[in-house]
Amino acid sequence: MREATRDPTWLSAGLIGLAVLIALVVLVLPLAAVFTEALRRGWEPAWEAITDPDAISAMYLTLLVAAIAVPVNTIGGIAGAWAVARCDFPGRRLLVTLIELPFSVSPVISGLVYVLLFGAQGYFGPWLQAHDIQILFALPGLVLATIFVTFPFVARTLIPLMQEQGQAEEEAALTLGANTAQILWHVTLPKIRWALLAGILLCNARAMGEFGAVAVVSGHIRGETNTMPLHVEILYNEYQFVGAFAVAALLALLGLVTLGAKTALELLSRQRMGGHA
Amino acid sequence: MSVRIAGVSRRFSGQAALDDVSLEVATGEFAALLGPSGSGKTTLLRVLAGLDFPDDGRIEIAGTDMARVPARERQVGVVFQHYALFRHMSVAENVAFGLKVRPRARRPDSAEINRRVRELLELVQIPELAARFPDQCSGGQRQRIALARALAIEPRLLLLDEPFAALDAVVRKEVRRWVRGLHDRLGITTILVTHDQEEALELADRVAVLERGRLAQFAAPATLLAEPATAFVAGFIGEACAIPARILHGRLDSPIPGLSTPAGWHDGAVRLFLRPHELLAEAGDGPALVRMIHPSLGAATRVVLELDGHTLEATVPPGAAVPERGGRAAIRASGAIAFAEDGMRARLVAGNLPAHASAP
Amino acid sequence: MSTAPLLRRPFLRRQALPGRGLALGVTLMWLGGFILIPLAALALRPWEKGLPAIWEVLTEPRVLAGFRLSFGASALAALIAAPLGLLLAWVITRYRFPGRRSLDALIDLPFALPTAVAGLAMTAIFANNGWVGSLLEGWFGWKIAFTPAGVVVALVFVSLPFIARTVEPVLRDLPREAEEAAATLGATRLQTIRRVVLPALLPALITGFGLGFARAVGEYGSVIFIAGNMPMVSEILPLLIVVKLEQFDYAGAAAIGLAMLLAAFLILLALNLLQHGLRRGRP
Repeated sequence: MREATRDPTWLSAGLIGLAVLIALVVLVLPLAAVFTEALRRGWEPAWEAITDPDAISAMYLTLLVAAIAVPVNTIGGIAGAWAVARCDFPGRRLLVTLIELPFSVSPVISGLVYVLLFGAQGYFGPWLQAHDIQILFALPGLVLATIFVTFPFVARTLIPLMQEQGQAEEEAALTLGANTAQILWHVTLPKIRWALLAGILLCNARAMGEFGAVAVVSGHIRGETNTMPLHVEILYNEYQFVGAFAVAALLALLGLVTLGAKTALELLSRQRMGGHA
Repeated sequence: MSVRIAGVSRRFSGQAALDDVSLEVATGEFAALLGPSGSGKTTLLRVLAGLDFPDDGRIEIAGTDMARVPARERQVGVVFQHYALFRHMSVAENVAFGLKVRPRARRPDSAEINRRVRELLELVQIPELAARFPDQCSGGQRQRIALARALAIEPRLLLLDEPFAALDAVVRKEVRRWVRGLHDRLGITTILVTHDQEEALELADRVAVLERGRLAQFAAPATLLAEPATAFVAGFIGEACAIPARILHGRLDSPIPGLSTPAGWHDGAVRLFLRPHELLAEAGDGPALVRMIHPSLGAATRVVLELDGHTLEATVPPGAAVPERGGRAAIRASGAIAFAEDGMRARLVAGNLPAHASAP
Repeated sequence: MSTAPLLRRPFLRRQALPGRGLALGVTLMWLGGFILIPLAALALRPWEKGLPAIWEVLTEPRVLAGFRLSFGASALAALIAAPLGLLLAWVITRYRFPGRRSLDALIDLPFALPTAVAGLAMTAIFANNGWVGSLLEGWFGWKIAFTPAGVVVALVFVSLPFIARTVEPVLRDLPREAEEAAATLGATRLQTIRRVVLPALLPALITGFGLGFARAVGEYGSVIFIAGNMPMVSEILPLLIVVKLEQFDYAGAAAIGLAMLLAAFLILLALNLLQHGLRRGRP
């Protein structure tokens, strides 16, 4: 750092100390609390809570919901990013705004809109009932609410990157005779793979951890429509604190792994960038 | 293959990037599109490659209308400005790409592809780089890779978009000559886009000068220098000083003495373009002020003069007295090109003989 | 190509790169089916009983209290998070110290941690027998968990990364020359920071504040555990939507949801205008 803009040592040390303190209190302390509370009575009760059949079925459901919602938003996100960054049509800015819209909508509203559509008194409710199709309080509802909440993640990571990268390589491939699928598979996807992976990871973390939207559409049917975050709430409301915190700890680990992987991916892609003159 | 561009226009949100451009490039010719930035030269190249589409006009390659032929079926090789190499593929994979993406029926087997890639890399003299990645290659090497990749599809037409801009000055000259040599060996019709006139004049058989989307002149380099069609070409190609003058009562009224009056021109403003070798200076009591002197060995001495607020470059003829910096100099012109406001053009010669006037 | 029918429309120019029709088709189906149609239901539903019914729902004392709490606590939380986020962004962009990268990664923790987990953790810490809650109650007699103060605490956690991550890139790109110039003109370091650096950061800070605020208004998972959810005291708006739904009052729930979205939108718009004004005010 150059002399003229160097902060006095007392200032920089003080600010660093303060920042670390804030990070510890605001960010690390909650994390530590989850694990401490989970292991308050040792490993055994925590393990029992996690391996409880209801917990297992919640895990299974969480994985299943993510396994559907994440690919939907990945494919949609790639198509959206391609449309915004590689295509010429009026209203591109509007499209970006609409794609990012779900981020500024409360998770509860994300669930609510599907209740308004598919609930017993929803627009399609009577028709669904007549045909004996269950969307709300069942897997489809959970998936829909999760898709809504995690909608922008992939597209939002890809759009700025693809705009910055430009389309010269795609055009080169085109003049060399490649077709749409070949351009996408051999040129575009390799160019964006790290960002795509990071976007999918974040999308997945949110899909597995989503609470509000899913709470609205789930109906809290134990062993059937309970995802892990909902299971945490049920256990907590039943004063099974160790169990609640044990399942929460598992979810926290998911968040930590996502964070670590995302940081690693960023380092990786930055190194790739740095190698390019 | 021959290329015919007929009345091509392209507008970007109302502004014309190409305005009724027509030109024909013969089979095996090396042509250059030359112009300042924003002159439309890259747009024209993209239209030829099928990466952009004209609002009006026709593009024909080898006599076939290209309007409905998409870029990937045109067999036009493009070397992009920053090469647009695939960074995640090795050099060999880059070169092989155009062969590997062919429909199965026309795709050579992998042994044949490998053989062709080796051949192409030898042609561009970088066989040792096959396994490397683009990021591990120098600028000059990347350019060769891009060229090999474009040649792999056996192009009917080769388009080079500012291919030397990313190279440093020393490498640039060498690579330029090598590219021209390669063209002469392969005989592929080639169109080069550049803003560097030295590059265009040295490399191309004919140069198309573009000015704000319009074709100003398409001619051999020597013709551009000797017979510029418009004032823009006269000022843009080669070194020249522009001097405003006028025709008054049928005679040329110019701050520089010694030029003939163009025959048949009406009274009015004209612009004179003088190459440094056409303006002769000598120490003495003249109207010009000497600002700078470029001493030289062998060649004639060049001086920078100031006259009526204009900066001029002039030559001191051999044997004449070289003026001093800050001193005064006498000047006379040995020739010039004049453009009238209505587009009339005339080559002026020394003396007061009337010159032959011609329409642009 | 699937673009063929689109090409004939005058507003879509022919383009060389393929896949526009496919990409646009997939995108519009994805966007329309999962986002726009459901949101249209939200926009339509409240009106079925007419404006007076909407007014009645929105002016219920319990709902009004919810509005006050949700928007008040969110604004307060974003105000508290702004200097904290600025500090974190400043430290990770300006100083080199061991653990900087971990601190950098940690800032994203609220993004990655499931909201229910965060809520549970906050409750555990700030309850009167928790690590921080017991201290605060012992020293100052403050109660955090199960009060509106708990809501603010949870929302600070939620909005912090928005502010830090919006300010960070601007701080990184801030030209050092301006600071050096200020130094050569005789400004002390603190004067430089106050008069040169902070004004340059203000637009980003406002954007970050807006993003954090918007997220806080809608937040549910991390708040309901710590809030205690007492009617008229610590009930946030999203919770009131859930309550209405449990009473099968769809129109009421939709009315609250729509009003919440509109109010948040208006506040973001105002912040945007303010920020534009600031940008234009500077050369």
